[in-house]
Amino acid sequence: MRLRPILLGILAAIVLVILAGFAWTWRSALPPMSPGQKPVADAQTVRQGAELASIGNCADCHTKAGGAQYSGGRAVPTPFGTIYSSNLTPDPGTGIGKWSEAAFSRAMHDGVDREGNQLYPAFPYDHFTKATEKDTHALYAFLMSRPAVSSTIPANDLKFPFNFRPIVAGWKVLFLSHADLKPDASKSADWNRGRYLVEGLGHCGSCHTPRNVLGAEKKNSAYAGGVSEGWNAPPLNASLIAAHKWNVDQLAEYLSTGWHKLHGAAAGPMADVAKNLSQASKEDVHAMAVYIASLSDGARPTAPSPDKPAAGSPEIAAIYTGACAKCHNDRNDVGPSKAVSLSLSTAVRQAESANTVRVILHGIQSYRGGGGPYMPAFDGILTDKQIASLAEYVRARYTNQPQWADVNNEIAKARQEGAKP
Amino acid sequence: MTIALKVNGKSQQVDADPSTPLLYVLRNDLGLHGPKFGCGLGQCVACTVHVNGRATFSCILPIAAVGDREVTTTEGLLENGKPNKVQQAFIDEEAAQCGYCISGMVMRAQALLKMKPHPTEEEIRNHMRPNLCRCGTHAAILRAVRRAATA
Repeated sequence: MRLRPILLGILAAIVLVILAGFAWTWRSALPPMSPGQKPVADAQTVRQGAELASIGNCADCHTKAGGAQYSGGRAVPTPFGTIYSSNLTPDPGTGIGKWSEAAFSRAMHDGVDREGNQLYPAFPYDHFTKATEKDTHALYAFLMSRPAVSSTIPANDLKFPFNFRPIVAGWKVLFLSHADLKPDASKSADWNRGRYLVEGLGHCGSCHTPRNVLGAEKKNSAYAGGVSEGWNAPPLNASLIAAHKWNVDQLAEYLSTGWHKLHGAAAGPMADVAKNLSQASKEDVHAMAVYIASLSDGARPTAPSPDKPAAGSPEIAAIYTGACAKCHNDRNDVGPSKAVSLSLSTAVRQAESANTVRVILHGIQSYRGGGGPYMPAFDGILTDKQIASLAEYVRARYTNQPQWADVNNEIAKARQEGAKP
Repeated sequence: MTIALKVNGKSQQVDADPSTPLLYVLRNDLGLHGPKFGCGLGQCVACTVHVNGRATFSCILPIAAVGDREVTTTEGLLENGKPNKVQQAFIDEEAAQCGYCISGMVMRAQALLKMKPHPTEEEIRNHMRPNLCRCGTHAAILRAVRRAATA
């Protein structure tokens, strides 16, 4: 058999990568901080840390439903199993109360905890490693200023061999680059600041870049679109899907409010991102917009297609009129729900129905003061069959794209996601 | 167009455009004034009815989509013409001030207690959260739900 030497060769290579990983990434435990050693920081540093934590969307993963902010325990689904986020409050027993600043900085840059254990890259240190010491200092000061909450985190539920933590060492050899971002003198200061935030703490690529079979971002397809908790994270590069080209001001408004009149509302995981970015500094969000807008230079969005009200059966058209069109009224009158015409919707234009199905099922919970965007969850109001027909109806009515074939499958998947703890 | 509906256990034929929200038909064609029109956008929850036992906004449910599912309004909760346990608890706690939201509150509380006869305080608050009340009788409403749960 000629296959055997090849398999043995592959096996040897895997073992070598993991061994090299051990040698390269092995870190010893750092001494625990004693209870009296609580770090001191001035109010301005703490405030900066809070703003950077908003850009990092830290609270989103590190807070479970109904739990105290940053006290962790949220189940993060991955293709390899479920990972539970850690407690970032300064509780000495269950949080980071014993972590010195050196230990925190090492976790951010090298993906190793205080005791020297490998951390799974669901914690996006492949991005956070770009953060400056000044910024990790501010983040540390902010987190340590929070009230300590005792919250014991459930054990991860990962498949073999991924439940064997040291395997992460091999992953780092292959995919973790510590290289600093060199400032690009040909670009504006805003662009450079934006790149630093987007590539670093903002970790936008974690969702918007596709991943390979080992769960690492495909660097040669940066921002070509990815997935997050079942939702599609649309492309941000030249293949972006939009009725209008995103400009800097539109992006800045969308990122900090979750909504723009020519693009619609952030939903799913992006709603949490927008909610957090509303707490970040306006200058930083604007800089992020400058960089993100530059990613899609050369994109040619397809303008809204003519409305085709007769695109479906009279029954489904009647359901659309009664259930959807009172808000999505196509008159540029977005009302208190801030519902834009579906001719502008990225979700309806995407090649997959994932986002359209999920937004109809789950709606958009109001996540900011001052009203909207809001959408009621139609789960239970309409039957699954009606939701499927409705998704296909808006696809046919508001785009020139081929009809989706995955609607029933996506509804079943979305229901399974909802059934998880 | 004639559409068949099953409301409070009775089969009804209504002549209306199929896109008409169920709420309008309940109030204007069937004379059931329990469910209220508040926002018409599925935000205030005053229009809540049960569809197959589940609390549902009737203002954004077109009659074309109801099909053979059973609709129940607050009128349908009466037992032998008398308030049922949940309705009586709202009366006993004087939970209504202007009363506009109360039908929706009762329907939502009823749906919760059917699923979970003895909910925790947190479960009650989470379940009732979407229902808006502008008079401010929230505390009395919560007492009413607790009373119904222990009655």
